[in-house]
Amino acid sequence: MQFLALIYSSEGSEDVTMSELLQQYADFGQRASAAAVVEGGNALQPISTATSVHIRQGKQIILDGPFAETKEQLGGYYLLQCKDLDEAMMWAAQIPTARYGTIEVRPINDFG
Amino acid sequence: MTLAKFNGSLGLTRLIRAEYGLLVGSLMIMAGDLSLAEDALQEALAQALEQRPSKGQPKKPAAWILTVARRRLVDQLRKAKHRNADLVIQALQNAHLTQYDDVYDSSDIPDHRLELMFTCCHPALAPEVQVALTLKVVCGLSIGQIARAYLTSEAAMSKRISRAKFKIKHAGIGYKVPQGAALEQRLPSVLAVIYLIYNESYSAYEGQTLTQEDLALEAIYLAKLMHGMLPHASVTGLLALLLLHDSRRSARSSQSQTYIPLKLQDRRLWDQEKMAQGTELVKSALVEGQLGIYQVQAAISALHSNSKSWEATDWPQIVGLYKVLYDMEPSPVFLLNYCVALFYAGSIAHAYQEVIALYVHLHDYQPYQAAKAEMEAELGDIEAAKKSYTLAIGLSKNDAERQFLKRQLKAL
Repeated sequence: MQFLALIYSSEGSEDVTMSELLQQYADFGQRASAAAVVEGGNALQPISTATSVHIRQGKQIILDGPFAETKEQLGGYYLLQCKDLDEAMMWAAQIPTARYGTIEVRPINDFG
Repeated sequence: MTLAKFNGSLGLTRLIRAEYGLLVGSLMIMAGDLSLAEDALQEALAQALEQRPSKGQPKKPAAWILTVARRRLVDQLRKAKHRNADLVIQALQNAHLTQYDDVYDSSDIPDHRLELMFTCCHPALAPEVQVALTLKVVCGLSIGQIARAYLTSEAAMSKRISRAKFKIKHAGIGYKVPQGAALEQRLPSVLAVIYLIYNESYSAYEGQTLTQEDLALEAIYLAKLMHGMLPHASVTGLLALLLLHDSRRSARSSQSQTYIPLKLQDRRLWDQEKMAQGTELVKSALVEGQLGIYQVQAAISALHSNSKSWEATDWPQIVGLYKVLYDMEPSPVFLLNYCVALFYAGSIAHAYQEVIALYVHLHDYQPYQAAKAEMEAELGDIEAAKKSYTLAIGLSKNDAERQFLKRQLKAL
């Protein structure tokens, strides 16, 4: 099964320096890739770069800002290939941000 | 009436109730899908109740129901173009369970109730959802029964259970017993569900029609089931704890249904057999493996069981065990119990001081106000005791307890 691990945290809540964090993410990426679990993943630019768009009555409306104003914001994601939720949770718990933020795990809908 | 005939000497509904989890588990593993499994079983049960089988009464109803349910399952899988359809059909043919005959009885049905327990009690489901699902799927209670036990509408309970099944199906919750480190991580939530069901019986809410005894029996049934399938010290500890608690059931209330605390219970009413069983289990749990919260609580309960009178209670040892418990899991409720033991051990002022410090955490917890009141009365602060008893009465969820507290208040 494919799972999307969505990485949320509030900006500035990191519990280590940025260079240490990057190193930890590199280590995690290496471990997860070696286990053939990671199928993709990226970090996102900060929330200040977000633009939201929707169409109402045929009209496109563009908003400067995120879909929802929340304290913890989406900062990145991994696409994981795991046999079940337990395995996905096990990997999600190893994502460095799990220590100071939250990882939301959602299965990909394969419409099967 | 075909129903009456079918029920006849078999007592079909009772039998199915006892084997419900066995059948759902078996079908769940076969189909790799809990929702489909339960739907197929429900249909098979409905069919069994409405039509008498052409070849007469089946001698082994559980196996017969399983056969019918398997056929339903295959139909559903085919209709849904499910990827497991071929496998299940294969399994059905291999098992030669196409006839209901007396070769098969329930002992031939593969037991997957442990997988079922771990699926229903997966921590990705909220605790109240785990409880409801376990009562429904493993114990075979009806949605109506569960709704009444938890004071909610049938529609709301039905929705809660459907949502849980949807999540299990689509969130990737596996149908398996976790192994090794994963087992240690997942077992607490299974045991917590059983303990929650028992506790609900303990403080049964007003208006419940499922009696206290029913829920207690379900919890003990589940604990025995787990104990039989999974040798683990914490499972043994939980079963011991429930049996010891339950051994005092008939001493806990008088004929007028008033709650009777341990201190005032007639110890001759304690169920000797359950006490002996519980005590044996505690002993084996303590040597079996690592110490856990259920083993320690069971050990405390066993100390009460084996004490001849309230006065003879080994309070210093109970204080020590509550300390161990609190160090293991620093919850305010365990700390309150520690304080109460300290109070009975004679450190009244010290105990009261600690209880006051717990106010922020537990002020709206009935046992807290009742314990505080008892300490205040002992310390001679009758006004404070009155206030605390009044608060406790307001917090109580059932009449038996309220009556007892009112009596305490009056006696001041």
